[in-house]
Amino acid sequence: MRGSRVLSTMFGYLGLTLAALFFLLPLLWIAITSLKTPEQLFQYPPRWWPERPTLENYAYLFSKMPFIRYSFNSFKVAGLSTIGSLVSCSLAAYAFARLRFAGRTALFYVLLATLMIPYQVTMIPVFILMRSLGWVDTYYPLIVPWFFGGAFGTFLLRQFFLTIPTELDDAAKIDGCSAFGIYWRIYLPLAGPALTALAVFVFMFQWNDLLTPLIYLSDPDKFTLTVGLAFFKGTVVTRWNLIMAGAVISALPILIIYLAAQRYFVQGVALTGLKG
Amino acid sequence: MWRAGPRASSPAGRRRLRETLEGQAFLLPTILGLALFWLGPVMASVLISFTDWGSGQRMVSWLGLANYRALFTSSLFWKVFANTWYYTVVSVPVGMLLSLGLALLANQKLRGIGLFRAIYFFPSIISMTAVALMWSFLFNPDLGFINYVIRRVFHVPGPEWVNSIQWAMPALIFVGVWKWAGYNMVIFLAGLQSIDRSLQEAAAMDGANNWQRFRHVTWPGLTPTTLFVLVIMLIGSFQVFEQTYVMTEGGPAYATLTMSYYIYLNAFQYFHMGQAAALAYVLFAVVCIVTALQFTLQRRWVFYQ
Repeated sequence: MRGSRVLSTMFGYLGLTLAALFFLLPLLWIAITSLKTPEQLFQYPPRWWPERPTLENYAYLFSKMPFIRYSFNSFKVAGLSTIGSLVSCSLAAYAFARLRFAGRTALFYVLLATLMIPYQVTMIPVFILMRSLGWVDTYYPLIVPWFFGGAFGTFLLRQFFLTIPTELDDAAKIDGCSAFGIYWRIYLPLAGPALTALAVFVFMFQWNDLLTPLIYLSDPDKFTLTVGLAFFKGTVVTRWNLIMAGAVISALPILIIYLAAQRYFVQGVALTGLKG
Repeated sequence: MWRAGPRASSPAGRRRLRETLEGQAFLLPTILGLALFWLGPVMASVLISFTDWGSGQRMVSWLGLANYRALFTSSLFWKVFANTWYYTVVSVPVGMLLSLGLALLANQKLRGIGLFRAIYFFPSIISMTAVALMWSFLFNPDLGFINYVIRRVFHVPGPEWVNSIQWAMPALIFVGVWKWAGYNMVIFLAGLQSIDRSLQEAAAMDGANNWQRFRHVTWPGLTPTTLFVLVIMLIGSFQVFEQTYVMTEGGPAYATLTMSYYIYLNAFQYFHMGQAAALAYVLFAVVCIVTALQFTLQRRWVFYQ
């Protein structure tokens, strides 16, 4: 019995380690490539660890290429979208979770149904709308829609709000608190973890998005990191050490947020995976 | 605080009215957003798909079904359609098995399991742009790590990957599966953890082996989660765009041109908005039919506790 337990633990770790290598080795190879000089890049057979690792690829991207500007642009877009999503989705989620009014269920299902609509279907009319507003080549089309709610965020927060005991509302109502007061003073302060999960998700989604900025931005000074990176690949073609440094730069802020707030990423995925 | 005066004939009616107004105030951004960014565009898209809407022209003319007819008689469209199915039909089952396998591995009660889960999940939070660039390099026929390994282990030159008509699509599929496996693993893990442990223990007491316990206890309990993962994977894979854009631009010889990328080209490179809208509606129809099919077929295999 003991022997078989040791054996199953060993096999368990063996499987876990092999799977980890499947994900880690490519990432490690990329990180190392970003520290190589062009000569080391073309060396055959390739070496895992270059003799003299160098940071000059990063220095080049930050000084000669506008990667600082790209990062700043991405921060602006992702940060403002996050704020918009937190405000609009939490308001809607509170109404769906706690207020009783005609058409609540129907509206909620219409909202959820939007999750099924491919982005490509709405992309063209929304582009025409944005163009008529004169918003092409600005950040408005990337940010403003996030101030108008969204199925994912509303669903996530509603699920959390439903777990808050209604006794708290009743007590507040007796004290003369309005619906907005209950939302502001009771629900928002209690929803810290869910709001963080949503913030992490929206920030990551917007930081990583390629298609929307690609459609709207044409001035290279306004590019976000993803667009800048894709554009950059086209201009340097074979300088893989530089491209890999760019990929690392774009992934680093997300990695930092992930290390700081890992459980919120996982909660966000798991919460939406459960039936509502 | 304002209170109903003596004239309020029905306090309940007033309260209901107040709650409705409050609800609508809270939902104002959401309702506007639905109208402006979802329902309005979904309807506008149909109308646009019946026109020759392009860029810059003064007059837009009504074409009826001509855009759709042009699609269905174009051999390139059928190529794109087939490519999209190729991507989906391979990446969904492979990705599903991989993420389920990872979830079973990561569901073991072992020390340090959190670290392993974190590693598996990590690729799903990096941008697909960065991931696709990474893999463009790893799949590079001359300098790439993959072909280096193939040369060392099998002593044959590796394929040309993204430059090859035959191997470009498998490379894109691999990248999609690699990136999203950890994400779907987390959903499967949540599903595994919601299965009643006492059922497992009872089965073990009755002498069921590992496979029997998986087949008759774990799997039935996991079918609702599997359905959810299946639906989101299908919807996602029909919309594959970024790998194509970064790694192949639809080539070589249209071998990796997918619906989503073709819509992007039509709308924003060729400025054939009408044609692009028609394509988008074909994509929408495919997604709807496939999803509806999943919800119909689920009665045969999904087990609700």
